[in-house]
Amino acid sequence: MKTWFKSGAPWIWLNGGAVAICMIMVVGLIGLIAVRGFGHFWPADVAEIEINDHTGKQTVVLGEVVRSQTIPSAVARDAGNYVPDDIELVTRYLIKQGNRDQTGRDFVWYLELGMEDFRYPDTAYVVERREWGNFYGYPLALQREGEVIATAADANFWPMIQESVDRSLKLHRDIQRIEKGEIGRISTRLNELRLDLRRLDLRDPPADVRAAEEARVAEARAQLEIDYQVLRKDLDVLYQSTKRDTLQMRMSDNKEVAISLADIVRVTAPNTMSVPTKMGQYVERLWEFLSEQPREANTEGGIFPAIFGTVTMVFVMSIMVTPFGILAAIYLREYAKQGLMTRIIRISVYNLAGVPSIVYGVFGLGFFVYFLGGNLDRLFYEAALPTPTFGTPGLFWASLTLALLTLPIVIVSTEEGLARIPSTIRQGSLALGATKAETLWKVIVPLATPAMMTGLILAIARAAGEVAPLMLVGVVKLAPTLPVDATFPFIHLERKIMHLGFHIYDVGFQSPNVEAARPLVYATALILVILIVVLNLTAISIRNRLRERYRSASD
Amino acid sequence: MNETTLSADVNSRGKSLLPSVEAREKMRKKRDFKDKLSRWGITYAGYGVVFALAMIFVYLFYEVMPILKGASVTPQSSYSLPVTSAQTQHLILERYEELGIQYTDDGVITFFEADDGEIREQVELSLPDDASITSFAHSEYIGGVTARGLSNGQVHITKHSFQTSFPNDQRLITPVIDYPFGEAAITIDEQGQPLELLAIETVTRGSGGSMIAALTADKRLLLTQISSKSNLLTGEVTVENNTIELSDVPASPVKMLLDKALRSLFITDSEGFIHYYSINDFKNSRLVATVNAGEGSPITAIDFLVGSVSLIAGNERGELSQWFLVRDENNNYDLTKIREFKSHKNAITALAPEYTRKGFLAVDAGGYLGIHYGTSARTLYLEQETENPLVSAAISQVNGRLLLLDDQQQVQVAGLWNQHPQLSFSAMWNKVWYEGRADPEYIWQSSSASDEFESKFSLVPLSIGTLKAALYAMLFAMPLAIAGAIYTAYFMSPKIRGVVKPSIEIMEALPTVILGFLAGLWLAPFAEDHLPAIFSFVILMPVMMLLFAFIWTKLPAGIRHAVPDGWEAALLVPVILLFGYICITASPYIEIWFFNGSMRQWFTDVGITYDQRNAMIVGIAMGFAVIPTIFSIAEDAVFTVPKHLTQGSLALGATRWQTVVGVVLPTASPGIFSAIMMGFGRAVGETMIVLMATGNSPVVNFNIFEGMRTLSANIAVELPETAVGSSHFRILFLAALVLLALTFIVNTFAEIIRQRLRARYSNL
Repeated sequence: MKTWFKSGAPWIWLNGGAVAICMIMVVGLIGLIAVRGFGHFWPADVAEIEINDHTGKQTVVLGEVVRSQTIPSAVARDAGNYVPDDIELVTRYLIKQGNRDQTGRDFVWYLELGMEDFRYPDTAYVVERREWGNFYGYPLALQREGEVIATAADANFWPMIQESVDRSLKLHRDIQRIEKGEIGRISTRLNELRLDLRRLDLRDPPADVRAAEEARVAEARAQLEIDYQVLRKDLDVLYQSTKRDTLQMRMSDNKEVAISLADIVRVTAPNTMSVPTKMGQYVERLWEFLSEQPREANTEGGIFPAIFGTVTMVFVMSIMVTPFGILAAIYLREYAKQGLMTRIIRISVYNLAGVPSIVYGVFGLGFFVYFLGGNLDRLFYEAALPTPTFGTPGLFWASLTLALLTLPIVIVSTEEGLARIPSTIRQGSLALGATKAETLWKVIVPLATPAMMTGLILAIARAAGEVAPLMLVGVVKLAPTLPVDATFPFIHLERKIMHLGFHIYDVGFQSPNVEAARPLVYATALILVILIVVLNLTAISIRNRLRERYRSASD
Repeated sequence: MNETTLSADVNSRGKSLLPSVEAREKMRKKRDFKDKLSRWGITYAGYGVVFALAMIFVYLFYEVMPILKGASVTPQSSYSLPVTSAQTQHLILERYEELGIQYTDDGVITFFEADDGEIREQVELSLPDDASITSFAHSEYIGGVTARGLSNGQVHITKHSFQTSFPNDQRLITPVIDYPFGEAAITIDEQGQPLELLAIETVTRGSGGSMIAALTADKRLLLTQISSKSNLLTGEVTVENNTIELSDVPASPVKMLLDKALRSLFITDSEGFIHYYSINDFKNSRLVATVNAGEGSPITAIDFLVGSVSLIAGNERGELSQWFLVRDENNNYDLTKIREFKSHKNAITALAPEYTRKGFLAVDAGGYLGIHYGTSARTLYLEQETENPLVSAAISQVNGRLLLLDDQQQVQVAGLWNQHPQLSFSAMWNKVWYEGRADPEYIWQSSSASDEFESKFSLVPLSIGTLKAALYAMLFAMPLAIAGAIYTAYFMSPKIRGVVKPSIEIMEALPTVILGFLAGLWLAPFAEDHLPAIFSFVILMPVMMLLFAFIWTKLPAGIRHAVPDGWEAALLVPVILLFGYICITASPYIEIWFFNGSMRQWFTDVGITYDQRNAMIVGIAMGFAVIPTIFSIAEDAVFTVPKHLTQGSLALGATRWQTVVGVVLPTASPGIFSAIMMGFGRAVGETMIVLMATGNSPVVNFNIFEGMRTLSANIAVELPETAVGSSHFRILFLAALVLLALTFIVNTFAEIIRQRLRARYSNL
């Protein structure tokens, strides 16, 4: 034993243990996110649980079992539960029982004490609603215009419900199209007209020009008003039509509830589903998550605007950071005199990569948003003042801030690539009579392209995951419109955007119902992790291939 | 000649592959131009980028600079008072800095243009015929209530205000005089003695009411509660009052002040004493204490700062000091001297507190104007404005303009720039005695709903929080990362190394928002429920590893040799997992056996504060974030130690571990040190993890079970909500600048060490 200690072997084992712990943490973290994130879309069975408490009162709970936990009974007693004195450990289950509008508590812990076996009745329905979250209950009947047209016992009950749901979904899409699309367009136009008038006041043109312009605006307004009335009427009809059907449901405590089909997104009976059906559901839900708008203060629905916002922002950022980063790197490596000054600049630029991102956010807010944006507004958007156009956080400033933040990454990576190119190649080109510029653009840069790609990918990966500076310069929890749409100029650099990382922060920490939001946060985190890991792996593989290439080139 | 023949020659021999001379010349010019273009373009772009990055420093400095500036006063005009026939009692400058108000002792209120002294409007008060004004008092400035004590024992109360309207898009300010207690004078002294001294305070908010303190010519001190009810139909105001007489009247009182909470009355006398009366319990109002505030010199000017908690006293020697009531352990209030300001050279003649901040103007008999600030104890300005003694001063509500009055009835108007008086080095880094606190403290509390709020801008809690978070993160990360790096670089088989290194480096790219969210939503509740598991794991894990290693050596050689060297880490993975699982399963039993069922509760019982989101959680989550930084740099440093050194050591008979300790570590130590510094730099600036995994309360301690607020999280929380250009805005920029400078210095240092190391390796 003593000699074993003297040999130092225990220390080697301890060091090995450190690596093992690090690896377990990395894998565990990714695994945790993956399991929780992917698990979110699986249609869980609905359990029916009878609980008899110590007073003999019986309650029936219907819902999904989220997780269970074994706790000392002292903790359970502190939480206000009754636990007999002779029991030291109790298990408790977190049940998602939904029905937030009826009971106010959609996630409840129940102690295992007095619980009967879990039952999974086929008649347990899950109704996904636009408001108030899921509804769990037993179906009673489907009503049309107040008349019962099918009861739960009917054979065609299920198809009729699905048909009704499909119809109301279609109506909902129509309503959305009118409200968001056409009425939105009208209000944009009205706002433009208002600005036209304001511009007129600012310019103060001769009376006849003014009169003509005012007449034009008035006429356009009148036309828009007429258009609006037509749409309004259509909308009223659609809204009336969505109210046609109602679904009668019974809750686990036998209370009967009528749910209007207008509020329903999906009706499922997970306990009757086979595994392939569930997989179909899974894909459908995953797609919905990726492609739809968020609902219910971001705790339900999809994250499409966040994905879209992140991608747009990163795209705009890449356009800005690539040329400048590469040119700066070429300057530092090829043109600058390699003296003390260049060395200082190089170290400084490298160090800027380690500066806290929030500092860039502060700079972006102060300099870009308030200073540059404020001046832009005064110069070009005077009519809209005091409502700021560029003088407020938005897509462009967010991208610019991130471009500045990732500039060092691109510079470092490109410089590394340039440095790695054997000088024989450079000298060969010069010896053949090429100018420096020709050597650079035709020989060096093409060879260094993979390094630049690596830099750009790393920059994108960093930008996609960065949140702290974005909180200051343009990301919001809910953006009413996407930054790219069909109205001129198609890409709206002044608009605020949603962002995956900020979405995680916001839904996880600012939402009123953390328990309901949790699975969604895991799913969002999973998307972000996948995006970033893929980007990084790409960068790493490009870098490795690059190394191989030069190794053979320099031989 | 040669050239022409040659080209002619070439031409004559048929077509050449080379273009003609002109074309070549042109082409060469073009190429030259392109070369130059590329050179200059790239150079400019390079400069541009360097400039843009340097802008960050410059701009942050530019935003922070105004903090350091003092106040500046620019004289604008000078004229003689609109009314010079009577004694001036009070001077006011309204919010838009357009109009001034002069109260004179003949009962006239004069509104004049602040620019030139021209009279806009005069109001003559309807005082009783037989009475004259014998004393004057004003409430807190923002209330605009003034009272005149009359020679017949009555008090006449008015309130000035301004109405702003915009006829023809021009701002028009109309002065208004109201009578909150009716137009008639109110009788205070039933015996009809002249009122020689007066104090008034009205509480406009809540159900407070108003109070008047008066001293009669025959030295009786009267305290009156008044309340008014106005009849909704007739608009008639009925006033009720309730007067008591206080005992213990000071010998030679000079000035009286009532605070806004209507809890205390302060009377100064000609000896320099302040007499403090508690009037909280109206019927039992009594003298509590007498304090020698003038320290041998009579107090010549005294007034409340906004909020009427702090008293500023100026004496005949020109000394200025701030006082307020401090509660001691027995719940008694003592009038305590809080701080002193830079002394004037002449007797202080008047004070003018600011309306919304804890600053004030002081003027003295030598014609000097001083601008001081309470909380930061800063004197922002102290200059002679005139040769004559100044007797009164007024400042506008927005602190942009001031009026000074000298004893020759001359008014001086001056513009004022005084944006950031509340920030000073000592206010940010030393303990400050804030109003209402028992002791000087470090507090960060930047905003509140009320105007009278004293902003508390101590950077100490935030800096301590930043260091605390970084410290616990490093405590967690350093052993794991460095030990891991040594093992990976030196002992691990290349095959696993090829997997381990990139995985840990990918970890670096993981968005911190994800780590923060896992820490806050998963780890924090998990740790709270499984505290014993966490502790037993941390303490026993190394023991378990050694135990396993020892057992491993005792295993039959066949099994041992099946696993090659460099696979120790892989062997330990199941051990760690198994032990972790055991810890978690055993956790509730440990709680039952040792901690009465709940370790969390046990902490509270033994007096340790436990927050769910605490420094331990931050340490683990942020440690996780800095492990890859440290690991990857340290691993490089160890891996690149020249092979001949280690081989030499091994050849001389040292064991592998002896080689590591004796040769590898000393050689690589600068690299490891630089790795630690890089990790520290990252931990200091990390925002999202601390934002999400702590409660963000700015506490000043290093308790591992309590949270903290760091500089970076503070910026993220507060910057979006602060007013652009305000002191709060600038101090957040200062915080950003501090972070930038700190990480920049740390990183530069680390980088230089690394470069040195590289040079050393190449010499070995």
